[in-house]
Amino acid sequence: MACIEARGLRKSFGPTIALDGVDLRVEEGRILGIIGPNGAGKTTALNAVLGLTAYEGELRVLGRDPWRERDQLMRDVCFISDVAVLPRWARVSQLLDYIAGVHPRFDRAKAEAFLAKTNIRLANKVRNLSKGMVTQLHLALIMAIDARLLVLDEPTLGLDILYRKHFYDSLLNDYFDRSRTIVVTTHQVEEIEHVLTDLIFMNRGRIVFQSKMDDFESRYLEVMVHPEKAAAARALKPMNERQVFGGSILLFDGVDRQELAALGEVRSPSIADLFVSVMGQQNDQTQGATR
Amino acid sequence: MSTPSNTMSESFQVQSVAPAAFPASRAFYWSVRRELWENRSIYIAPLAVAAVALLAFSTSAIAGIWEKALRLDLTQAGEAVTQPYDVAAGMMMLTGIIVSVFYCLDALHSERRDRSILFWKSLPVSDITTVLAKVSIPLVVLPLLIFAIIVAMQGIMLLLSSLILLGRGQSVAALWTKLSFFRMSLLTFYHILTAHALWPLPIYCWLLLVSGWARRATFLWAVLPLVAIGGVELIVFRTGHFAALVGSRLIGAAPAFDSPDNMFPSGPMTHMAAGTFVSSPGLWIGLIVAATFLAAAVRLRRYQGPI
Repeated sequence: MACIEARGLRKSFGPTIALDGVDLRVEEGRILGIIGPNGAGKTTALNAVLGLTAYEGELRVLGRDPWRERDQLMRDVCFISDVAVLPRWARVSQLLDYIAGVHPRFDRAKAEAFLAKTNIRLANKVRNLSKGMVTQLHLALIMAIDARLLVLDEPTLGLDILYRKHFYDSLLNDYFDRSRTIVVTTHQVEEIEHVLTDLIFMNRGRIVFQSKMDDFESRYLEVMVHPEKAAAARALKPMNERQVFGGSILLFDGVDRQELAALGEVRSPSIADLFVSVMGQQNDQTQGATR
Repeated sequence: MSTPSNTMSESFQVQSVAPAAFPASRAFYWSVRRELWENRSIYIAPLAVAAVALLAFSTSAIAGIWEKALRLDLTQAGEAVTQPYDVAAGMMMLTGIIVSVFYCLDALHSERRDRSILFWKSLPVSDITTVLAKVSIPLVVLPLLIFAIIVAMQGIMLLLSSLILLGRGQSVAALWTKLSFFRMSLLTFYHILTAHALWPLPIYCWLLLVSGWARRATFLWAVLPLVAIGGVELIVFRTGHFAALVGSRLIGAAPAFDSPDNMFPSGPMTHMAAGTFVSSPGLWIGLIVAATFLAAAVRLRRYQGPI
C-alpha cells in the first residue's frame, strides 16, 4: 500500500497558487526528501498531508483523508513542523504525561531513555531550554511514538551544525527501520543527501523533478572538462555548465559514463548541483513562456 | 505456530492502520489537565482571593468589629450575622466570573500565538475534544472549584466565630441555628450551577469563539460588537435591552430562585425554583446560542494555524 497518494493536489491562498496540481506517490519504507526554493509549496504540500490545511484534489495518507480524519491519522503519523513549537510553559514531565495520556502508541520509557542521553531534565520548563535542546526534546518525544509516517518540515532550521548532525544521526540509527516512511524538507540538502532513498524537487507549486536515489546515481553524471574539450562536451547537450578554476563542470542526464570519461574526470553530482541546474532550466522555460 | 489463522492475523496486523485507540474520555481528561497546567490562574486566583477574604474576616472577628452583631440578640441580628458569609461567597463568585472571562479570551488564542498549535495538532486529539476541554473550564471546573473553596472558607469562618464565642463563654447554639450550614452550602451549589455555569454560558462561548478567530486584540473584538449593538439599539430605539441582557447573563441574574429579592444562599426566605429555571426559555435559548458558538469554534480550529 502506498503511504501517501496524491492526485491533482491544488491549493491557493487568494490569488497565490501554492499547489498547482501535485501528483505524488510515496511507498512505505522510503525516506523522501522534498527540496525547493522558498515559496515552492513544500510546506503547503506537507500541511495537506498532515490534515492541517484544506485542499482540492485527491489525497490519501495511510488510506485516510487527512483533512477529515486528522485525529485518527495522528495515531500513525507524527510530525515536526518547524522548529520549536513545543509550548513554552510546559515542563518536560508534563509533555510526557500528556502524550502518554492521549497517544496509544507512545512509549514513555523510550522517550525517557532518549532524554537521559541529553542535558534535558524532566523538571525543566521548555522556556528555559535552548533552541537546540527543544529540538532534541521534540525528537525524543517523536521517536518514542511507534508511527508509520514521520513528516519533518525544516526540522533543523537555525540549529548549529552539531545539533543538526546529531538530529539526523539519531533519526537514522534509533528510529528508521525500513518499515517506516519519512518525508523531510530542508534547505541543508547536503546533510540529508546520504540518508534519502527518494528525491523530489518542487518549484512554484509543482513537482519539477522526481527520482529514486539509486537511479539518480546512475543517471546523472558530472564531468570536469578542460577548455580544449569543452566544445566536444557541449555537443552532448549538458543540462548545466558552470565555470570553475581551470575549466568547466558540465552536468549530464543519461549520457554513457565511458563516453564522458574521455572528456575529463567523471563523478556523481551532489543534489545541490542538480537542484541548481534543474531550477535554472525552470527559470529559462518560464522566461521563454512569458516572452 | 503456522496455522492458517495465525498467518491471517499476522498479515492483517501488518496492514491494519490503527489497532489500539484510547477512549475519547481519556483524551478529554488530559486536555483538561493541559489547560490547568497552562493556566494556573484558574486555581491560584480563587485561592488567593479566598485567603484575603479569610484574613479580613479573622481581623474583623478578632478586633471585635463583627462582634457588635453578635452582641445583639441572634434572633434579631439576622442579616448582620450572615452578611460576612454572603460577601465572602460573592467575592469568590465574582473572581470566578473574572477568571472565566480572561481564560476564555485567551484559550484558543495562546496556542496559535506561541505556535504550539502545530504540536497539539500532531497528536491524536480531535478539535472537538480540545474545544470541549476548554469550555469545560468555565462550565464545570471553575464552578466546582469555586463551590469547594466557598464551602471550605465558610466552614473555617463558622469555626472561627464559634471559637471566639466559646472563648467569651457564650453559647454557639444561636449562631448555628441561625446559620444553617448544610442548607447554605446546598443553595450555594445550586446558585453557582444555575447562575454562574449555565446562565452565562453563551457569553463564555462567544469569548472562546473570538479567541479562536481574532489574530490579535481578542478583548477588543469580543467587546466592540456588543458595544456597537447596544449603542445602535440605544440610538434607534432609545432602549437598553441588549446591554441589560448581556449584563444579566454575565453577572448570573438567572430566574433560579422564587423571588429575585431572596437570592442569598444564607437567607431563610431563599427557596430554589428549579422548575422555573429549567422551563425558562432564556435558559434554552442561551444553551442553543452557546452550542452554535462552540460549533463555530470547533470548525474554526480545524482551519487555524499559528498566527
